[in-house]
Amino acid sequence: MAQALPASSVISLHGSAARRRRERLVRTVMLSAAAATIVISAFIIETVLSQTLSFLGQINLGQLVGIGWFPRRGIFDIATILIGTIIVTVIAMIIATPVGLASAIYLSEYASPRVRRIVKPILEVLAGIPSVVVGFFALTVLTPALIKPLFNDANAFNLAAAGIGVGILSVPLVASVAEDAMRAVPRSLREASYGLGARKITTSLQVVFPAAVSGIVAALILATSRAIGETMVVAVAAGAPQARTLNPLDPGGTMTSAMVLLASGSDQVTGNSAAFQSLFFVGLLLFAITLALNVLGDAFVRRARQRY
Amino acid sequence: MSTIASSAGATQASVRAALTGKHRDTAGTVFQVALLASLLFSLAVLLVLVVDVLSKATPVFAERGVAFLTSPLSSNPAKAGVVQGIVGTAVLALIVAVVAIPIGLATAIYLEEYAGDTRFTRFVQVNIRNLAGVPSVVYGLLGLSVFVALANSLDGAGNGRNILAGGATLAVLVLPIVVITSIEALRAVPNSIREAGYGVGASQWEVIRKLILPSAMPGILTGVVLALSRALGETAPLVLAGAVLGSFSGLSLESLFSGSYTALPMIVYDWSRKPQEAFREDAAAAIVVLLAITLFANGIAILLRNRSEKAW
Amino acid sequence: MMAALSGDPLTTAEPLSPANPKPAKPEPIIELENLSFHYGKFRAVKDVTVSFVPNQITALIGPSGCGKSTLLRTINRMNDLIPGTKVEGRVSYHGQDLYAKDVDPVEVRRRIGMVFQKANPFPKSIYENIAFGPKVTGFKGDMDELVETSLRRAALWDDVKDKLGQSGLALSGGQQQRLCIARAIATNPDVILMDEPCSALDPRSTLQIEELMQELRKNYTILIVTHNMQQAGRASDNTVFLNMAEDRAGYVVEQGPTIGLFTNPKNQLTEDYVSGRFG
Repeated sequence: MAQALPASSVISLHGSAARRRRERLVRTVMLSAAAATIVISAFIIETVLSQTLSFLGQINLGQLVGIGWFPRRGIFDIATILIGTIIVTVIAMIIATPVGLASAIYLSEYASPRVRRIVKPILEVLAGIPSVVVGFFALTVLTPALIKPLFNDANAFNLAAAGIGVGILSVPLVASVAEDAMRAVPRSLREASYGLGARKITTSLQVVFPAAVSGIVAALILATSRAIGETMVVAVAAGAPQARTLNPLDPGGTMTSAMVLLASGSDQVTGNSAAFQSLFFVGLLLFAITLALNVLGDAFVRRARQRY
Repeated sequence: MSTIASSAGATQASVRAALTGKHRDTAGTVFQVALLASLLFSLAVLLVLVVDVLSKATPVFAERGVAFLTSPLSSNPAKAGVVQGIVGTAVLALIVAVVAIPIGLATAIYLEEYAGDTRFTRFVQVNIRNLAGVPSVVYGLLGLSVFVALANSLDGAGNGRNILAGGATLAVLVLPIVVITSIEALRAVPNSIREAGYGVGASQWEVIRKLILPSAMPGILTGVVLALSRALGETAPLVLAGAVLGSFSGLSLESLFSGSYTALPMIVYDWSRKPQEAFREDAAAAIVVLLAITLFANGIAILLRNRSEKAW
Repeated sequence: MMAALSGDPLTTAEPLSPANPKPAKPEPIIELENLSFHYGKFRAVKDVTVSFVPNQITALIGPSGCGKSTLLRTINRMNDLIPGTKVEGRVSYHGQDLYAKDVDPVEVRRRIGMVFQKANPFPKSIYENIAFGPKVTGFKGDMDELVETSLRRAALWDDVKDKLGQSGLALSGGQQQRLCIARAIATNPDVILMDEPCSALDPRSTLQIEELMQELRKNYTILIVTHNMQQAGRASDNTVFLNMAEDRAGYVVEQGPTIGLFTNPKNQLTEDYVSGRFG
């Protein structure tokens, strides 16, 4: 074999030009794909910004304050849908925080590998349920079977049921990010605690939990961002935003549901009417809030990773 | 003698008492039960949801059987069916797969295999992470003002609210999921495989295509399915990008591309908003179809994953 | 010195390679001239000038971190894959500069094969492991025959001939490493670089690989990095001893025929190292 290549012969190490061309072409294609993801972001920001500016130019800023959210009548009381968003998000996090964190502690500290193998996919299925289905569940089960019996005067469409629905959808996210953070806590720390005679509950709550706190905070921030962005649960279960209200038992809307309802009305708003462009204004607000939360959450995730 | 023996016995007894724990760890037990209850809460919700939907859907399937799957939309709840939604969802899934998989995978390959740690790649990575967190309804705005406008300019006859625009919107929406899961899958391929490939004189693309991608395929497939099942369930972006809410006629592919289309989650949304109680049952039946398709897709993915794992 | 070496039970089992008759000094197949290598700002190897003779086994020895592996990997341009690295000086192969602008590193690696520290079979069948290299290099002949020849040369054929379809990962550690050697042979290189190929193997597998190297040197030029001095002593014709300078850059202390370098080192450092006083 090797003798087929006498040392005296001239050896070409140039390689094939065709192969080099192919390698360059493939690399360029891959690079273009990566660049496309930047273009997408640029498009999002450009569209939302330019339409928002056009919206703000078209209305008189006084229209941003009023008795409620009535875009078709030219009343864009942003406070109405901000309050709706806050109500839904707070209720969601009241559900998702304890349930998600407790699930995370159980999975990370208590569950046997077999339990984990069964439970994790179930949580993934829960996370994968389309939000419109959870909206249907909130409207047809949570409201009549839970909210109504507790609060007689609740509307058939109400923010509370929507908030619980969003909370249910957020549990898997909290659980999985927090569990990752707790599992990343080195064994040696747990062993140190057990070595001092601590019980499992003490070790979990006073050693593992504090050590994983960055990741846990990240889980809560990311879940909050997700809850703010959640749309269909609210659009189906909470009715529509109307007059400004602080009562979770009233119908109402969030920034996201206001957008969907605006686009799905029977008189679908089109063109450059102010009502249409208000979609982009709300979208920009939503984009800015969730982006800020995600960046913050990412920073906590990174801090958690750096620790160990 | 006997006193020593008995005192040794006493020590033994007291040590045993100490080691076995005199008082039960009540707090620990309560804590553990509470944790388990939290975990079971999620499972219970899932169970209630599925049982409730099934029980509401049963009369629809019992009375109408396959006709529910093959009938078009209608304003009469007793006649309305989901065939347009099934076709729409299938075509949307196809468009998402065709657009998002190649772009997402190529981006991941570029970031993981070609690019070093440059400012550009760091920017792309941060950008993708942020895109993953953008609420889906915002992608609807992108679909509305970019893809619908584009489709409109290409096809002057319609209004641009066709299934291509909707599919492109969903593809962009799930692109970050494909990229992030693919990057993780590529990163999990041990470096020794790359070295071995280069060592026998394979070029970079040969190493990627013949060694790294096959090794990373299970992880990539999982990500793709995750992305597809997310896309199948999305409603909000489609509402903004112009999928039809309410009934319309037409099912041929031509009509899909010239204008009216819908998808299963759109139908669920529409029917759950309708005042007639009968539409609630139809909505539940449509949910059953939607969940069945999602589970079917997941099943295929698991099969594919097992097969590609067996290959080596 | 030698007493320590022959005290090793393994050496007695194998006729010492340096006893083989030497041909008249042939043209070197690979020459390094004033080679320096940098990882970013850190210089890992400085000013190395060495030449390697065909059909001989040359061992690169030295304390860990002295740049032996780095040096070896510059020869088939594996270090190109690490971003931020830089080569100075000249590496030539049959007189051609391997770092010349128009040289394709892929071509280089097809002629200068490599066996790695940890056996790294592809997650494919035994057959596919061997066939992969020839396939990408455009081999047109009888693949079955090539697979068999390569496995025979690597002394693995009898072990695996009935299970060519099985995963290469199912083999034992020593067999995996011989599979990697067979894989390297299959692309028809004339030089094989071995980067501590036995460091993860038990003594018996190590001995098998060393015997195999003696067979292979009839057809190939072998460069082996090892931190096992006894291995260098019993299995190599020539030895290059590297050490780390104050700035942690590796440099060549002494080179020459293995027997001479081990029995009669010219440099005090070499003597200290081969007698186990440091390293």
